[in-house]
Amino acid sequence: MVLVTCLLAAASACGVTRGEESRDLDMWIPNSPGGGYDQTGRAAVGVLDRDNLTGGDIQVTNILGAGGSVAMSRLMSEEGNGNLLMTIGLGVVGSTYSFGVDARPQDATPIAQLIEEQEGVLVPADSPYKTIDDLVKAWREDPDSVVVGGGSSPGGPDHLFPMQLAEAAGIDPKDVKYVTYDGGGPLTSALLGNKIDVGFSGLAEFEGQVKAGELRVLATSGDERASGVFADAPTLTESGIDLVFLNWRGVLAPPGISDERRQELIDLLTRMHDSKQWQQALKDNGWTDAFVTGDDFDKLLVEQDQRVASTLKELDLL
Amino acid sequence: MENFELLMGGLESALTPMNLLYAAIGVLLGTFVGVLPGIGPAMAIALLLPVTYRLEPTSAFIMFAGLYYGGMYGGSTTSILLNTPGESASVMTALEGNRMARAGRGAQALATAAVGSFVAGTIGTILVAFFSPALADVAVELGAPSYFALMVLALVMTTTVLGTSALRGFAALFLGLTIGLVGLDLNTGQPRLTFGVTQLVDRLDIVVVAVGIFALGEALWVAAHLRRRPAHVIPVGRPWLSRDDWGRSWKPWLRGTAFGFPFGALPAGGAEIPTFLSYLTERKLSKHNEFGKGAIEGVAGPEAANNASAAGMFVPMLALGLPVTATAAVMLSALQGYGITPGPQLMTDHADLVWTLLASLLIGNTLLLVLNLPLAPLWARLLRIPRPQLYAGILFFACLGAYATNLDPFDIGLLVAFGLLGLMMRRFGLPVLPLILGVILGPLMETKLREALTISGGDYGGLLNEPLAVVVYVLIALFILGRPFIARARARADESASVEDEKEQVH
Repeated sequence: MVLVTCLLAAASACGVTRGEESRDLDMWIPNSPGGGYDQTGRAAVGVLDRDNLTGGDIQVTNILGAGGSVAMSRLMSEEGNGNLLMTIGLGVVGSTYSFGVDARPQDATPIAQLIEEQEGVLVPADSPYKTIDDLVKAWREDPDSVVVGGGSSPGGPDHLFPMQLAEAAGIDPKDVKYVTYDGGGPLTSALLGNKIDVGFSGLAEFEGQVKAGELRVLATSGDERASGVFADAPTLTESGIDLVFLNWRGVLAPPGISDERRQELIDLLTRMHDSKQWQQALKDNGWTDAFVTGDDFDKLLVEQDQRVASTLKELDLL
Repeated sequence: MENFELLMGGLESALTPMNLLYAAIGVLLGTFVGVLPGIGPAMAIALLLPVTYRLEPTSAFIMFAGLYYGGMYGGSTTSILLNTPGESASVMTALEGNRMARAGRGAQALATAAVGSFVAGTIGTILVAFFSPALADVAVELGAPSYFALMVLALVMTTTVLGTSALRGFAALFLGLTIGLVGLDLNTGQPRLTFGVTQLVDRLDIVVVAVGIFALGEALWVAAHLRRRPAHVIPVGRPWLSRDDWGRSWKPWLRGTAFGFPFGALPAGGAEIPTFLSYLTERKLSKHNEFGKGAIEGVAGPEAANNASAAGMFVPMLALGLPVTATAAVMLSALQGYGITPGPQLMTDHADLVWTLLASLLIGNTLLLVLNLPLAPLWARLLRIPRPQLYAGILFFACLGAYATNLDPFDIGLLVAFGLLGLMMRRFGLPVLPLILGVILGPLMETKLREALTISGGDYGGLLNEPLAVVVYVLIALFILGRPFIARARARADESASVEDEKEQVH
């Protein structure tokens, strides 16, 4: 068996067996190298490749544009292509709305959700806000006095999170003064330079800053506390705010592939998920394991899609 | 002097034969990647990541360092020889560089780019080594108001290169600003000038615009005049920099470094504005009446600015653990792969790695010069290919570059559209430069202006709440008010001033 796989791998590496029987896979990343999607997608492909789980080659391609909706609409036009996977997440769902692309993720073939990531509410070390209560109180009194920033454009997780938090705290999301930064780096420097009052972003990128005491985490967005340096920060629900907000990433296949092929791809990712290397990758990147496959992932996508749509509608961004 | 010892220690651990080999591989790969349009250093490092996980972190970073500088330098080669800038940072290089190449001075253009990159990269790396933490603290204090002020300065300086006809110059500038408007308004989610096309929702890629207008426009123009003009053979110049070339290059190298490094160190500073300011400054300062026809200063300055800004990127990356460019983000995620958390403690907790990285940047830079300087005359010979084949090659490269970024045929259509625009601009005598500057500056200015105004709650006073912003506005005021006086003084001093006004702008 091993020999057969090896032979096949060798054969497909030469590009001979392209076609219906091909064991080669393409993995599309809907964003630039170095970003969250890229890290997740390449980590998954790394494990698949290392253990040669597919028996073929996997090629990773970054397809940039419109916050991921370019990749999304191209996935939709690859109907029936069983050798293609794409990394997806909350940001891509949001971007399809804000960029006006009519491609719903649940209409493709959902394969699996891989990870979840908590978001954090971050302030500079010398901020007057010591707790999330301080912040919410000041924010309620005068929404104009709090400038918030995030690392994603409207529709992305760092934008949806403060809007949903505002709503949960009784502040009209339309009054939120939100500034978009081009990712975690520029956002952090805006916080360090006291250009904005609060930052909303995925936690993992801020580990170093929090450890050094440059930034303070007022609250995390998960249903449980985050681990490591973030363990001291309370969750929102602990602080009396009824909101759980998780950014997630997973894998989609194009629409119209056979049920058998779908099951094969689910099995493939299940084997990847169960490997030691994947567990290590989760740990290294500070991701929460959240493996959901098939119909459950389907349901989850529909739910997320509706939640994004309703938040954006509230903001008149739809 | 402690830093000096640390740097020497870093050099010691970087200078093993194995590491030198990795540096050489990195530099070669980087140059290759830089020459190939459409693949940037960030992508190349991302592709290399799985391979390097099996290496020591030090060796991996030495390779990345070589690749990064190599990529920044390699982009200049196609800009100069083929007029097809591979990334936005080398757009300015193409302006004079390609003119030089076609006047038979390709080897000199490549050489001044190589030496300029080396000088700027070395100065930049040394500045990173000795002043990173202090510089990083200053850099985070600069926010949107300062950026905006700097861009207003750049825009005002743009008016000095409008060419013989102010009307045509402004027409080109506004055309550029309009092209810069295309895409989704990120504050309101409204699509602007997209005509319902999904691919236009993002801002237009400056590389596609520049390559379309420079390379494709030029090729079409030449094709349109093929029968009317005798075949013009590119003369073969001397292969090396002459004493005069050195004399004209060294100041632009240093000025370019001074522009590039601080911008690189700023979060979201980028290489576009400094290359651009450097070009405009050299043009203003030049005593030779050569700009627009292939002035060596116009290559030396922007290329130095480009590499200095590449070095500046390491300031926030090493001092704060902040990725401000895609390349820095990939490098930091590589660090995470080794279980190292990027952050402000990077320089203290992993001092040996940081100092080895800095040392390998110096080594990579030197290798780059050693490899590329002898190659310059060889590359320059490429231009002796007969014209039909040469332009076919340029068109091929241009299309490849446009397609490779996103693997979307639409971008080739876009390239052709801008090529036709370039042809029309040449036909009707519109200068190309203000248009390109408008495309680059417009969106950046808009983003920063709106960021500043969101923070201040719509109060225009918010644009003046940073010291640097105020200083820059004062400079602008002096520049505008002082201009008539300078012009008069010059007219008195130099009888031939009137000739200067007629500097040929139209390409």
